[in-house]
Amino acid sequence: MTSSSSAHPTRRDFLYIATGAAGAAGAALALVPLVAQMNPDASTVAAGAPVEVDLSPIAEGQIIKVFWRSKPIFIFHRTAKEIEEAKNVDWQSLPDPEPDAERVKKDHEQWLVLIGICTHLGCIPLAHEGNYHGWLCPCHGSQYDTSGRIRQGPAPKNLYLPPYQFVSDTKIRIG
Amino acid sequence: MNGHSTYQPQSAFMKWLERRLPIAGLMYSSFVAYPTPRNLNYWWTFGGILSVMLGIQIVTGVVLAMHYTPHVDFAFNSVQSIMRDVNYGWLLRFVHANGASMFFLAAYIHLFRGMYYGSYKEPREVLWILGVILLLLMIATGFMGYVLPWGQMSFWAATVITNLFSAIPLVGETIVTWLWGGFAVGNPTLQRFYSLHYLLPFVIAGVVVLHIWALHVAGQNNPAGIEPKSEKDTVPFTPYATIKDAFFLVCFFILYAWFVFYIPDYLGHADNYIPANPAVTPTHIVPEWYYLPFYAILRAIPNKLLGVMALGASIVILAFMPWLDTSPVRSARYRPIYRQCFWLFVASCIGLGYLGSQEPVGGYVIAARILTLYYFAFFVVILPLLGIFEKTKPLPNSIAESVLKEGVPIGASAPPPASASR
Repeated sequence: MTSSSSAHPTRRDFLYIATGAAGAAGAALALVPLVAQMNPDASTVAAGAPVEVDLSPIAEGQIIKVFWRSKPIFIFHRTAKEIEEAKNVDWQSLPDPEPDAERVKKDHEQWLVLIGICTHLGCIPLAHEGNYHGWLCPCHGSQYDTSGRIRQGPAPKNLYLPPYQFVSDTKIRIG
Repeated sequence: MNGHSTYQPQSAFMKWLERRLPIAGLMYSSFVAYPTPRNLNYWWTFGGILSVMLGIQIVTGVVLAMHYTPHVDFAFNSVQSIMRDVNYGWLLRFVHANGASMFFLAAYIHLFRGMYYGSYKEPREVLWILGVILLLLMIATGFMGYVLPWGQMSFWAATVITNLFSAIPLVGETIVTWLWGGFAVGNPTLQRFYSLHYLLPFVIAGVVVLHIWALHVAGQNNPAGIEPKSEKDTVPFTPYATIKDAFFLVCFFILYAWFVFYIPDYLGHADNYIPANPAVTPTHIVPEWYYLPFYAILRAIPNKLLGVMALGASIVILAFMPWLDTSPVRSARYRPIYRQCFWLFVASCIGLGYLGSQEPVGGYVIAARILTLYYFAFFVVILPLLGIFEKTKPLPNSIAESVLKEGVPIGASAPPPASASR
């Protein structure tokens, strides 16, 4: 392949670069559907729509589990004693400092709505277990209190909150 | 490709690698420096096109397999889910389905090129036979792929084609039951077809490697059908053949994209959008277009076993061309009678394809029998006799001479620039 001996780029150079650029752009564009098809498809996204939960059948002290976006959600109807325990802690000294007030909705502090996945490695903690009257994760021994905060064990963070709203006093919509 | 590559690694890393696994040198000598006849025309681009199509089918197939469910209760709906729910699923499905058609189109053109220019002749017999094996693998893969959506055509195509084996005397029925995994086409059949449909393209890829290896041992044929005699007759594969291949690939893609984006269901059959019903056979059952000529040959013979044998023979006979054709001249350019017979052969294949799509009644049956007769006569009568009786045209002295005249390409309007010496 002879190259031009002069200093100017030749027509051949232009054609090579233009073809190469067009080919690279085409290859990049061709990659888009191949990668995008692995993202959740329309039916999975539709199945992840918000769920409404009726709170009236849940007795005081009872914890129920529902699923939202394939994740377990704990809904805890706390007794007055459990709410007291959650508030009367020096929350700033906890492993993941957070006051109880920030983990419940205003005027609905008896309702605790949490994503029931241990923040350590993803097991589902057991309810009404452990030294803090909250949850105990059987996999590696993390213990959570009545506000779902990590108190003891390897988990780094408190149990996460899902997005939710009170539709009425007895019904919430998660998601 | 004989001896060591002329590749000279520049960087320290490449020198290190080349001493341990000379793959860069292999790629260089096979696809960069490889001496290619300078007179190749665009019919020679279809080998590269076929390789790209295989890659496309494998990539889109693997990706579709992430969303498909190979069970009779779920298969049809999983394909619909791909079309409706999966991101770009419609695109991937249409690229894969139309890709199969384009794969066969390119394969048939590639095959006809070989027939016209005598690429099957000595020393390329094994190359040619590997090609016939590739065609058989493609036919099997395409058939099994078509069954997977589990539409009406999928199911009944599976039933008809597997029933072909019942024509075999004594063991036919046993073989068919074994293929089905049951008393009729059903879930075991679908699941094993899925497994084999995933497997065979990789077998095809392996045979393609052998095919290219065999090609590189003999060197490419060329439109004049005479071997390169000196360096003047060849040019390096890169950039000449590479760019020519890339250009025509793009043209081919335009046709492919036309189908995928404007008429994606044109080559398919509407009945395959009806879920499979084992109780009802569609009134007009036809295979996809690329099987129609063989379908016509099968139906042209009124006897069950002979019809099946004719179907098999129509493909296998291709493998014998190097020995059926007795002419010492390779390229049809210099064989005026053979050229006419060849084009009649192409026309008869197209005619058989059309007849395969029609109902086997009246005039269609007679026409199919005539064309089938010509199809086989071409191989067993015309090819052997032409070698003896045909008066061929004189061959050029060399490839360079056939395309250049005093260093200028024949037909060029302007004298070459001063630096052009190759």
